[in-house]
Amino acid sequence: MASLLGRFCRKLVVPGSAHGARMVSTTSSCGSETVKSLNLYSAINQALHIALETDPRSYVFGEDVGFGGVFRCTTGLAERFGKNRVFNTPLCEQGIVGFGIGLAAMGNRAVVEIQFADYIYPAFDQIVNEAAKFRYRSGNQFNCGGLTIRAPYGAVGHGGHYHSQSPEAFFCHVPGIKVVIPRSPREAKGLLLSSIRDPNPVVFFEPKWLYRQAVEEVPEHDYMIPLSEAEVIREGNDITLVGWGAQLTVMEQACLDAEKEGISCELIDLKTLLPWDKETVEASVKKTGRLLISHEAPVTGGFGAEISATILERCFLKLEAPVSRVCGLDTPFPLVFEPFYMPTKNKILDAIKSTVNY
Amino acid sequence: MATAFSATLPLHGSSSQENRLLLPSTRLPPPPPPSSFLGSTRSLPIRRLNHAHASRRSPVVAVQEIVKAKKPTNSLLITKEEGLVLYEDMILGRSFEDMCAQMYYRGKMFGFVHLYNGQEAVSTGFIKLLTQSDSVVSTYRDHVHALSKGVSARAVMSELFGKVTGCCRGQGGSMHMFSKEHNMLGGFAFIGEGIPVATGAAFTSKYKREVLKQDCDDVTVAFFGDGTCNNGQFYECLNMAALYKLPIIFVVENNLWAIGMSHLRSTSDPEIWKKGPAFGMPGVHVDGMDVLKVREVAKEAVARARRGEGPTLVECETYRFRGHSLADPDELRDAAEKAKYAARDPITALKKYLIENKLANEAELKSIEKKIDELVEEAVEFAEASPQPGRSQLLENVFADPKGFGIGPDGRYRCEDPKFTEGTAQV
Repeated sequence: MASLLGRFCRKLVVPGSAHGARMVSTTSSCGSETVKSLNLYSAINQALHIALETDPRSYVFGEDVGFGGVFRCTTGLAERFGKNRVFNTPLCEQGIVGFGIGLAAMGNRAVVEIQFADYIYPAFDQIVNEAAKFRYRSGNQFNCGGLTIRAPYGAVGHGGHYHSQSPEAFFCHVPGIKVVIPRSPREAKGLLLSSIRDPNPVVFFEPKWLYRQAVEEVPEHDYMIPLSEAEVIREGNDITLVGWGAQLTVMEQACLDAEKEGISCELIDLKTLLPWDKETVEASVKKTGRLLISHEAPVTGGFGAEISATILERCFLKLEAPVSRVCGLDTPFPLVFEPFYMPTKNKILDAIKSTVNY
Repeated sequence: MATAFSATLPLHGSSSQENRLLLPSTRLPPPPPPSSFLGSTRSLPIRRLNHAHASRRSPVVAVQEIVKAKKPTNSLLITKEEGLVLYEDMILGRSFEDMCAQMYYRGKMFGFVHLYNGQEAVSTGFIKLLTQSDSVVSTYRDHVHALSKGVSARAVMSELFGKVTGCCRGQGGSMHMFSKEHNMLGGFAFIGEGIPVATGAAFTSKYKREVLKQDCDDVTVAFFGDGTCNNGQFYECLNMAALYKLPIIFVVENNLWAIGMSHLRSTSDPEIWKKGPAFGMPGVHVDGMDVLKVREVAKEAVARARRGEGPTLVECETYRFRGHSLADPDELRDAAEKAKYAARDPITALKKYLIENKLANEAELKSIEKKIDELVEEAVEFAEASPQPGRSQLLENVFADPKGFGIGPDGRYRCEDPKFTEGTAQV
């Protein structure tokens, strides 16, 4: 099986440019990898299959995961691994995550699904007060590193108040957990496997807009993408753009448009928001002198603020213009007004131009 | 806080034989006369829970009784007028939801829409007993609750279309039906979130009556599903409501499915009504496909709350004929189960009852159906013709003071600020 082969020649797949000292590239010592065209939920599904296969003490649970989940990410798992390892829970997010922490504390790997990131708030207490502090307060006697919480986040076009939120900023303020957001199917599979196997609790947000929309060639074997390593997915000289998740697609389009006007944009995918790769972004901004951050979450207190503050500290003299943040507005996520609320390509383009022409 | 109100009764046997009853003790109700109607004639022994005897026996109060159909007699449960009101309300609920499905598939409304087909008896049975000042709190399956409470079909349909004439000016859509005028405290997308809100609303009525000495006997009815009964918020509120003896009725619309999760597989004890007595309030189970039975139970529960005797938990066994939402292919439920409940369609049952008991004839019922069809069609036309909300509405109502947020220093709405398109405008 392709996955067995993968175990013998574990390859760190890092596509993209060789820019920056932080990029790690290895060559694969096995034969040609088989790839398959998959969308995001299928890639996640594959990752979960591999995770459960390679560790007999790993479990997947959450609401409705048994039949495959509302987004089909857990299809086939219950049939293959049995209802003892893949099971539905009742409707109680706080209970589900707390239960996962308990499992993880006893040395198991718990992959918890929260049906929509908007519903993660009842579990916020368990994540912040328990998961993040478990190793710390037990003096390393116990830890819940085996815990991975997966949740679909972000706008989907018609989600409204409670099916479109991006809560990553709340979690980025919690020392003790990691926050990971993939941008595409190939990234998602590698990052999810890394997250599940990481010895720290990870909150893994999946951009729900891309579940069916994004299709990519995904290697079939078992591979992991390192956490806390940002990737430069497009090189440029005039301005650095930083984003994550589905927003990168929008930013990429803005970069293409900007190029037509002679602005060369460097686009960075942060991938892991906590702890985030400061060195890569710093190196890029030292080169370009300008930074623009874009995310769907509201601008005030969003993670862009943290990036902006850190870059300011590190690259103050190299900056040619103020750091620009093109984000959602400071309102609850609207229903009919979604197109006005979102940080669209045009908003980003306008901001690129005004930053470059500062 | 609890000391401000009358002390709650000990329900599980007090060591002293002191009679601390606030109500006269009840005798056993007389045996029910034989009859053909769909509801139970036995008055629900809810009051029995306060009796010192009952507290020493099992605290569980079971009340479901199905009376076998026999020849019609004159002890009917409803009058003709009431019957027609109930029928009209259920037909409105059904036609409206069917029209929603049509409009959704035509792309007129979007987002996540959850339809109520099959559960109309619960909404009609309870809400038609309420006054305008009583409050209702619902879930995301809230269109019919709003309609039963009195919100016009036009307002609900416009809200679904996202138009400014909707009940919330198009802000929330399907899952957020609010109406100050009709005291509809909202649909809630997040399950269980409405229950504490309802508990707070009930506290207000009690406070007005007992502390402010106003003439207020408003009750609050909180609707939610079987999945919610495994959620922490539900239990927290059962405790608070019983502790403070609030005028609230917790109505569980147990349709056996939480999206794809069967109630029986996710709940340690699937009989939800039993959870009421555990917290010190009566728990009642009723056939939610029969509007008359629901109404009888509702009458008792509402009367109890109005008298100041505290909360009641009512479990209505019901079923949704459609999938969880319009995006749900509904593949998981057994066809036999669906057929079984389809045969118990509440509207057909009420129609049969009305006709068999000569409360109405076919022509009258047909004319009601026609009237409702026209009403719903008119609501759609109204919604289509209504304007979309202006862009400035996006920034309104985030805070109380629009000037602090929605209106810039130049007096114009911030979204009219040219920097708005850059996303860099200060908001």
